[in-house]
Amino acid sequence: MRSEREKEITERAVLEIRGLQISFKQYEKGFRQTNLDVIRDLDVTVRPGEIVAIVGSSGSGKSLLAHAVLGILPYNASLGGEILYNGVVLTEKMLKKLRGEEIVLVPQSTAYLDPLMKTGPQIRKGKNDRKSREKLDRIFTEYELDLKVQELYPFELSGGMTRRIMNSTALMGNPKLVIADEPTPGLHISAAKRAMGHFRELADLGAGVLLITHDLELAIETADRIAVFYAGTTVEETDAKNFRSCETLGHPYSRALWRAMPQHGFEPIPGTQPYVKSMPKGCPFGPRCPYFTEKCTEKPEWKTSGTGRVRCVLSGRTGAETGSRCEIEWQQKER
Amino acid sequence: MVLQAKNVSFRYKDDGPWILDNVSFEVQEGERIGLRGKSGIGKTTLCRLLAGYEKPTSGEVLLDGKPVSAIRGYCPVQMIWQHPELAVNPRRRMRTVLEEGDRVSDRTVEGLGIEEAWKERFPTELSGGELQRFCIARALGERTRFLMADEISTMLDLITQSQIWNFLLDEVKKRNLGLVAVSHSDALLERICTRIVEIK
Repeated sequence: MRSEREKEITERAVLEIRGLQISFKQYEKGFRQTNLDVIRDLDVTVRPGEIVAIVGSSGSGKSLLAHAVLGILPYNASLGGEILYNGVVLTEKMLKKLRGEEIVLVPQSTAYLDPLMKTGPQIRKGKNDRKSREKLDRIFTEYELDLKVQELYPFELSGGMTRRIMNSTALMGNPKLVIADEPTPGLHISAAKRAMGHFRELADLGAGVLLITHDLELAIETADRIAVFYAGTTVEETDAKNFRSCETLGHPYSRALWRAMPQHGFEPIPGTQPYVKSMPKGCPFGPRCPYFTEKCTEKPEWKTSGTGRVRCVLSGRTGAETGSRCEIEWQQKER
Repeated sequence: MVLQAKNVSFRYKDDGPWILDNVSFEVQEGERIGLRGKSGIGKTTLCRLLAGYEKPTSGEVLLDGKPVSAIRGYCPVQMIWQHPELAVNPRRRMRTVLEEGDRVSDRTVEGLGIEEAWKERFPTELSGGELQRFCIARALGERTRFLMADEISTMLDLITQSQIWNFLLDEVKKRNLGLVAVSHSDALLERICTRIVEIK
């Protein structure tokens, strides 16, 4: 039985992912197969008009999530859980119609462009009518790209041009859902913000934007909400503004991320993310968590925390409510 | 020891565009310098020149008065690359990466949080952060005096980034090494460097 609140979210959301699991079939010695559970329990919701950022360490399953939504996972992957698009379960058939039109992906690397096709026709997806040509010209002008660039092949472009061209593919259709996989790597923060401005415009037109990044600073600056991933699990989903201070964060991992930012102390916690083959029981953050208790070996459920929700046995309370827990964590570290 | 670039100009091809034009630059031992500038301005190229991977088209790069590219044997200027997955041999186990270094001490390996089990894995079985730890350990050999760190943490999450940099800072201070760090993040450079140089 789902609560009223959950129902409301489902009705309003463009994309809702509930309990997503992705595993890969692998061969060990000989013909023996094993299943590698890469993503164990992912939840994220995107509503129209908002940018949701997914942050998390490398290898936490961020890009896989994007590929799962678009149905472009490799053949040996299998999928569990639910992906809802406008409240309806997304099927292969629907995807074929929507992909590239209503649901678009801004890919992570230049390798996603067709090397044998000029950029102009490539973004127009082969359409050559006047309307799409005019639209493309308009997009190029907006991005300060020379119209001649349409006649170039991908290998002739500089890094920044490619980035802008990949971002412009999102503007060609009438997207309802944009998934941007690391759209700003290696860009200076001011250039990254300009690129993010275009995604904001799309959101203002009513699209939902899912921004996948490991750049927490950018996420805080540009997104409305932030979902924190750790080892294939969503541990916290909260308003971006809550990331401005450590006290308003619910999960110990989110707070650890916050404190590791160069401008907030640059303090790391020890240890590394567990390898998929040796995942701990229950909370994946357990082994590195300063509050680890017996209870953490069971799977933690979602709890509301401030304006977001968090998956932690202890919490449900934000740092502020538990008496400035951040201070306590600091002191433990110094000892 | 001092590492100097004197009026260095550089281009990759004889008729190619100039990447660096008359750049002078100096790092003393114990100094930590942050390099910043727009993408494509030649930060990585400058690092490659300083570490002796390239010879300047004109001008010279000197380590205590001797050209770096003429050094035989172990080069005291070591570079850590932006993409660790491209800086290791994909067909050899990670153990061999450490063996490539100059008698890398156990303290370094432990300090970087490299686990014993990782050494027997292949590069594809490790995450970017774990790979980068190996690459850093390799560069911190016994006779290393200067380190070039070219965007070594851009692809890493914040916690891994601060783990790695905190260790590296400790080590650099302890051994009085010179450090040149390239990064797009001003906050990071201000945190780790004694001096920041803007390349124009």
